[in-house]
Amino acid sequence: MLFIKCPYCGIRSQNEFAYGGDATVKRPELNKEISDKEWDDFVYNRKSPRGKHLEFWHHISGCRQWFKVHRDTATHEIFKTLKPHEEL
Amino acid sequence: MTQEFRLKDEGLIDRSKKISFKFNGKKYFGYEGDTLASALIANGVHLVGRSFKYHRPRGFYGAGVDDPYALVQLIRNNETIPNIKATEQELFEGLEAKSVNCWPNVNFDIGGINNFLRIFLPAGFYYKTFMWPKSFWYRIYEPFIRKAAGFGVVTHEHDKEKYEHKYEYCDLLVTGSGPSGLASAYSAAKNGAKVILAEDKPRFGGSLLTSEVTIGNQTGKEWADKIVTELKEMPNVVVKNRAQVFGYYDHNMLVMSERISEHMPKTEKFMPKQKLWYIRAKEVVISSGSIERPIVFGNNDTPGILLSSAAKEYMKVYGVLVGKKPLIFTNNDSAYETAIEFKKNGINPIVLDSRKELNSDLITEAKNLGIDIKFEHVVVNANGYRKVKSADIAKISEDKTNLGKIENIACDCICVSGFWTPTIHLASQSGGKTKFNEDIDAFIPSQSKQNETTVGSANGIFNLNDTLKNSFEAGYELSKKITSKENKLSVPAVVEKKNSKHDKFWCVPLPKGKKYKRFLDFQNDVAVSDIELALREGYRSIEHVKRYTTLGMATDQGKTSNLNGLQLVSNIENKVVPEVGHTTFRPPYTPVSIGAIVGREVGKHSKPTRKSPMHSWHEKNNAVFVDAGLWLRPRYYKKGNETLFDASKREAENVRKNVGVCDVTTLGKIDVKGPDAAEFLNRVYTNAWLKLPVGKARYGVMLREDGIVMDDGTTTRVSENHYHMTTTTAQAANVLSHLEYYLQIVWPELNVNVVSTTEQWAGAAIAGPKSRDLLQKLFPETDCSNEGLPFMGFIETKLFGVYARIFRISFSGELAYEVNVESDYGNFMWEKIIELGEEFKIQPYGTEALSTLRIEMGHVAGSELDGRTTPFDSSLEGLLSKKKDFIGKRSLQKEAFISPDREKLVGVVPLDKKTSIPEGSYIVRDANAKLPNPKLGHVSASCWSVEYNNPFSLAIIKDGKNMIGQKLFALSPLKSKSIPVEIVSSHYVDPKGERVRS
Repeated sequence: MLFIKCPYCGIRSQNEFAYGGDATVKRPELNKEISDKEWDDFVYNRKSPRGKHLEFWHHISGCRQWFKVHRDTATHEIFKTLKPHEEL
Repeated sequence: MTQEFRLKDEGLIDRSKKISFKFNGKKYFGYEGDTLASALIANGVHLVGRSFKYHRPRGFYGAGVDDPYALVQLIRNNETIPNIKATEQELFEGLEAKSVNCWPNVNFDIGGINNFLRIFLPAGFYYKTFMWPKSFWYRIYEPFIRKAAGFGVVTHEHDKEKYEHKYEYCDLLVTGSGPSGLASAYSAAKNGAKVILAEDKPRFGGSLLTSEVTIGNQTGKEWADKIVTELKEMPNVVVKNRAQVFGYYDHNMLVMSERISEHMPKTEKFMPKQKLWYIRAKEVVISSGSIERPIVFGNNDTPGILLSSAAKEYMKVYGVLVGKKPLIFTNNDSAYETAIEFKKNGINPIVLDSRKELNSDLITEAKNLGIDIKFEHVVVNANGYRKVKSADIAKISEDKTNLGKIENIACDCICVSGFWTPTIHLASQSGGKTKFNEDIDAFIPSQSKQNETTVGSANGIFNLNDTLKNSFEAGYELSKKITSKENKLSVPAVVEKKNSKHDKFWCVPLPKGKKYKRFLDFQNDVAVSDIELALREGYRSIEHVKRYTTLGMATDQGKTSNLNGLQLVSNIENKVVPEVGHTTFRPPYTPVSIGAIVGREVGKHSKPTRKSPMHSWHEKNNAVFVDAGLWLRPRYYKKGNETLFDASKREAENVRKNVGVCDVTTLGKIDVKGPDAAEFLNRVYTNAWLKLPVGKARYGVMLREDGIVMDDGTTTRVSENHYHMTTTTAQAANVLSHLEYYLQIVWPELNVNVVSTTEQWAGAAIAGPKSRDLLQKLFPETDCSNEGLPFMGFIETKLFGVYARIFRISFSGELAYEVNVESDYGNFMWEKIIELGEEFKIQPYGTEALSTLRIEMGHVAGSELDGRTTPFDSSLEGLLSKKKDFIGKRSLQKEAFISPDREKLVGVVPLDKKTSIPEGSYIVRDANAKLPNPKLGHVSASCWSVEYNNPFSLAIIKDGKNMIGQKLFALSPLKSKSIPVEIVSSHYVDPKGERVRS
């Protein structure tokens, strides 16, 4: 079980959180004309790397805030956690 | 019966406390402090079970967790428990145990015939033989094999024991209380660290209990006792025996199972049987020790053959002799300690040492005691079926390939020592690397991945002096990092015997012309020949060899077999062991009860139960409940002998005719507040929200970004910047997370807050032509007319002084209202509705009638919005705004989504107007077409239409809108039904929606 540092609450056990997917994907702006490919990249296409991955987690049984986790998908090492607007 | 193998005074058992127990129906005696194994051996019982595949007799091979043989069925306090290790089960008064895997009994086992058929039962036999015909597997092969195999019987009774979970945090977790564990725990605890010390056995001390050493001016055992006593008194230390740390998980979380009461005749009141500890440790010291390795020779699984360290433990801890004519077969010095121990107890052992004659402290001592030692000698084969009777021994050449003349000597036990294997399971589970140490012919931990340090013999250090030095140092250094204290203890002086080098020898060659079975894995009956066969058949990776032969796969997980298996593979492949590598170590190290994993979350505690404030009223009025997510909802209210069908029909008819009331508290409710709330809803929902006035509700549909319908519900504008959103019962939690995601991550510039208010409001839906009359009675001061409270209108008012909200919304298709009051007043509201509704013939209705009403109206719900349908599929396209963007809109342009033959919502009526169509049925053109019959779609929901008094279903079928009027078939292969049907509009009742607006 991972030990995750919520940027708002501190270190808590994984069972308080829900995984929320790749955090490098940006939603296209509303009302913007975009190609099918751009849209598919946003909705479906993910790199799913082995190694470092920036991802969203949701402190679902805690403060209910979404935040970013920089994690190694192979070793589960967590390098850093950030608030949604913060960059690595 | 006398305990004829019990020594007079040696051991740590309490001879003043005699304990009676039964094994295979026969009564025996032992003493307090015995294990079932030691007590049986004291009584001369060595035959305890039959092996897994060949049903060969099984005895004891170890004295603890490493023993692969002695699994028994335990009967304790009227419960039967399989897979109990006799070497770990402590004796208690009245204990009963039985042999497993044998029929009719352990002495005469019919399955033993497999032993004589064994040339027909090589590795992979089951894979090769029972492959075809396929249908035979379920009916013939599998039931037979299942009966013939397995270790014990699982009860079908409910487990009455309690199991608990505990979460703990510490600076340092020490796994094992041998010399290395005690030293590191003590040194860290004295330096201020919060320490947990875990020992899987009842007694602390590990090897110090059986070795002849001096620490300071005390014996090893005295020193261990002193340290444990001191640790137990320290407030910063938790000391646990009978506690096995079995798994090392991510981020330094380890799991330990503590056996609280299995050593007692029954669990005391309010006590758990086991406790599972989830321990998050800043640092871990792995002091799990080492396990003696077997040497492989002919029929080396005969009862009476066991590890030499186990023989010593039985003498020194339990005061029990494993035999009176012992043969000791070794490739190293440690077995001499066993020989000396026998000699001290008046028994004359014979030692066979594979090495050339040499001298060391121990060998010299043995020689001085007059022990018969045969150097360069090996055991070639053991004779005897149920118990070893004699051994064929021979001189072996220096290169270990040639045997001299074979000689037979009588013996009643053979104590084997093939040197030591560090227990690296936890270190490896932690993700750390391992490396092969040539000096000890075994793997040891190498680079750590997590915060762990392996010390003592688990790290391949087999002398006490270095072990204590390193362990004191490790405890100090690790604690210093955490506590920043520098209270360093001095390491006590050690007196121990120096060992000479072991012989790199692990398998005795077969004499010419002999085909003795030589076992590697005793629990799974894997012999040398099985591995050879697997390699001949082309298996190369050690992971594949393991799975094909089942080497190391049983409940003991290869604790004794692993390295010899690797040696064999590398010999045949002309490789060295590190090239072959080892298989992955996975938790758990020892078997864990399912009960312990589940803990207290059993039965109704397996999930929370959510009840509405009106629950007790429903109970009193004969409601039959149904699970709706975590909620319990009334399915129908039973009157007399009514069936579900009768009751739901009556309730639904009453809604269409008079008025009904339904508990809708479970609906998800979310408060959406803030100046940008309207804009936010406009982006979340597919339809327009900017112009919704205060005091009005609107139905909305939300999509996922991939264009699939996520949820639907009504949202009401309570005031300028305050909206009350409702979701379906099932999607409430997902919708909240979804909204939070967009507010926090995608559009943080929107000034909006959302919060769940599901449990703050109790809701009652009042539906039916007489609902307005009832509403007017409930709210006499309020104008409930069609003008005062129009369709989709909302007002805040008082229900006999209680704040209430009325929404004029309808799920049933009838004139209907939903009244909300604060949860605490839910029951008050409900009782008022029932009381005042009496004159209008009100009846409560449950989810079944609710479904009937919505199905015949063609309203979609969870069975249509099943995570696969777009708004087009579910006839919700009218709600798609063309003027604005919203979540998922771009996906709706996808070619597949707008394809004309997409499955769409329709209604289905059986031609005979009688036969109900099972939900899940396929709609096909031709009921008798060749399989696979092309499927047009499926039936999503069925009901008995109370409006037309015939069955009606909703279905999602290809090109649905153009199919209306067609005569097709509904097929349910599961229920063997083929029903001729007609496709009709999904709006079966009141297609223009006049009633809700009336």
